[in-house]
Amino acid sequence: MSQRFVSHAQAASQFLTDEARTDWHDETLWFIRQKRDKSAHALPEWEALRELASGIKDHALSELSTYLTQFEQNALANGIQVHWAATAAEHNQIVLDIIRQQTGPAAPRVVKSKSMLTEECHLNEFLIKHGVEVVDTDLGERIVQLRQEAPSHIVLPAIHLKKADVSATFQQHLGTEAGNEDPQYLTEAARHHLREKFVSASVAITGVNFAIAETGGFVVCTNEGNADLGVHLADVHIACLGIEKVIPRQEHLGVFLRLLARSATGQPITTYSSHFVRPRAGQVMHIILVDNGRSTQLGRPEFRNSLKCIRCGACFNTCPVYRRSGGHSYHNAVAGPIGSILAPNLDMRKNADLPFASTLCGSCTNVCPVKINIHEQLWHWRQTLTAEGLAPPAKTVAMKGMAWVLGHPTVYRLSGRIGRWVMQHVPALVNNRLNPWYKGRDMPSPPTQSFGEWYDKNRSRV
Amino acid sequence: MMRVALFVPCYVDQFYPAVAIATLELLEQLGCQVVVPRNQTCCGQPMANSGFAREAAGCDQNFRQNFGEFDHIVCPSGSCVLHVREHNPLLTGQVWELCEFLTDVLQVRALPHRSGRPLRIGIHQSCHGQRGLRLSSMSERNEPYFSKMEALLKLVDGIDITTPARPDECCGFGGTFCVTQEALSVKMGKDRLAQHQANQVDYIVGGDMSCLMHLEGILRRQQSPIQVRHVAQLLVDHAL
Repeated sequence: MSQRFVSHAQAASQFLTDEARTDWHDETLWFIRQKRDKSAHALPEWEALRELASGIKDHALSELSTYLTQFEQNALANGIQVHWAATAAEHNQIVLDIIRQQTGPAAPRVVKSKSMLTEECHLNEFLIKHGVEVVDTDLGERIVQLRQEAPSHIVLPAIHLKKADVSATFQQHLGTEAGNEDPQYLTEAARHHLREKFVSASVAITGVNFAIAETGGFVVCTNEGNADLGVHLADVHIACLGIEKVIPRQEHLGVFLRLLARSATGQPITTYSSHFVRPRAGQVMHIILVDNGRSTQLGRPEFRNSLKCIRCGACFNTCPVYRRSGGHSYHNAVAGPIGSILAPNLDMRKNADLPFASTLCGSCTNVCPVKINIHEQLWHWRQTLTAEGLAPPAKTVAMKGMAWVLGHPTVYRLSGRIGRWVMQHVPALVNNRLNPWYKGRDMPSPPTQSFGEWYDKNRSRV
Repeated sequence: MMRVALFVPCYVDQFYPAVAIATLELLEQLGCQVVVPRNQTCCGQPMANSGFAREAAGCDQNFRQNFGEFDHIVCPSGSCVLHVREHNPLLTGQVWELCEFLTDVLQVRALPHRSGRPLRIGIHQSCHGQRGLRLSSMSERNEPYFSKMEALLKLVDGIDITTPARPDECCGFGGTFCVTQEALSVKMGKDRLAQHQANQVDYIVGGDMSCLMHLEGILRRQQSPIQVRHVAQLLVDHAL
C-alpha cells in the first residue's frame, strides 16, 4: 500500500481511460441513489427526520465529553471493559493486547465485521504484521481483502468490481471454477469459506454504528448478519467505536435507524440491527473509544459538524465526481465527499488535493441524512489548505495575478481586449495541447467587442 | 419605474455580450431603468472557489464601489450571485439572479409571444442556482416541485420543454475544476449532454453561461447541431 503518491486528479484520469467501465460504475451507483430517492420520498416526514437527526447530533457533539463519560459508566456497569485510545496506534495496540491476553502464544484467529474506523487505523495490516490472522467477514470486504485492496466505498466496499473480477479472485483464493460468474455460486463459495473462519475464531471485532450514553449499549448494523455470527461464536468481542458515534438516549436510535438504511441503499432498515448491551455468560466484551483526530476536528468551528456523519454513503452515491473516479482515487479510508472533508483533518499535506475533487455542486449536502454542509466545508478546506501553503506554486501565482487583473477595471478591460484579439488572430496560442480546456472542448468564439464596449458605443453611461 | 443595476459576469462581458444585451433589453422591456456601472469587473468567485478568497478583496471592494448605491442588483448568473451573497462582506443592496428577480420581485406573469419556429429545449439548471439560490426544487430533497426558470419559459409561446433523465446532475464545469480535473470535467459534460441529446433538443437553456460555455465547448468538438442559450435570450422579445 506504500506506492508513489497519486493525486485524485491523476487517479481519476486513469479511471476514466476505460470509459465503458466508468459508465458502468456511474450507473451502478446512480441506481442506488435512485433507490434512496424512492425510499426517502416515500416518507412525508423525511426532511423533518433529517432536521431532528442533525439537531440530536449537534447536541451530542456539543456535550460530547458528558455523553462519553455517561456511556463509559453505563457500559462498565453492564460488565463491558472500556478502553480509551487517543490515536490509531494506541487503538491497534489495545486490540493486539486483548487478543494476546486471550489466546496466549497460540496463533490467534480473528473475524472482523465491517468497521471504517479499523480501516482508518489500518488495523488489519498491524494485526497481520504481528502474526494475527484477521478475516473480514462482510462479503464485499472479504473480496477486497483477498485482492489486497482497500474498500472503495464505505457501505459497498467492492462496488468497483464486476462479477468477473470476483469470480477470478475466488478462483485464485477459494478454488472456485474458472469463468463461473454466477452470483449464487460465488456467494455459496464465500459462505462456506467464511463459515470455517467463523467457527474457528476466538475473537470477533466489530465496529459500532451508534453508542447510547443512557444505556451503555451499542448498535451494529449489517445486512449479512456477519457481525452477529462472529460475536456469538467467539469468546471475546472487541467493539471499536469512534467517539463521535455516541448519541444521548435510546429513543434517539429510531431516528437514525430510519435514516441510515434508506440513505445508504434505499432499504427501510438494515437486515440486522444488533443491539449489544452486556456480555453473555462466559464472554468477554471490550469497547475501545477512539479519538484519532476527532477532538481536533471538534475544535475547528467550520469543520466540527463533519463529525455528525453516520457513514451511510449517500454522498458517495450522489457525487458525480465519485461515480466517475472511483473510491480508490481518494487515497483515504473514507472516500467520496465526506472523506474529502475528514481526510485533511488527519493529514493536511497528504490530502490537500481532496477538497478540490469537487465541483461544489452541493448534492452531497442535500442527500446527507444528518445535514452536514459538506460542500461548504470543501470550500472552507480549500481556504485553509492554501493558507497553510499547500497549493501548487503555479496556482498561487496564477490566482494572485488573476486577482490583480480583476481588481483593476482598466487592466481588466485591456486584458480582455488583448485576450480576445489573440484568440481571433493567433488561435494556435490558445488552441493547443498546453491548454487543458482545449483537450476535450473547443474554446468559445471570441466576439469582436465586449459587452462593455458595445454599451459604450450604443448607450450613454449614467 | 424600478431602478436596477446590471451586474454582468466578467466572462459574459468578454465572451457572451449577446447574453448581457438580452438581459439588459429584457429588463428594459419589463419596465426597469437599468444602470450599467462602467468599472465593474468580476465578483471574485474564481479566486475564492480555488481557495484564495483572501485574494478576492480587490474584487469585493470594486464591487462595492460600483454597486454600493443600488438597492437592486440583477445578474444573469446564479453562480456569481451566490458568491456575492455568501462571500462578499461589503455587499449592501440586494443582489438577484435574473430569473428570481423576474419571478419574485417583478412578479412577471406574462411575456410577449415569440415568433419563429417552435423550439424544443432542455433546461440546464446550474447547481449554484438550483441548490445554492434555490431557484428550483431538487431531486435530493422531499419537497414540492418548482422551477423559476421553467415557470418563465412557459410564458413564452412555442417552447417545448424537455427534462433530462437525471434532472439535476452537475455538468462538470466547476470553475477551475474544469482545467485542474480536465478529464473528469469533460466526462461529466459529455454525460450531461447525452441526456439532453436523447431528448433531441434544439437548445440547451440555462441561467449560467459558465456551465453552458463548458457544454458548448464539448458540443462544438462533437460537431453537434445543438446550441446553447441563456434563458434571457429566450425571454427577451426580439421583435421589439
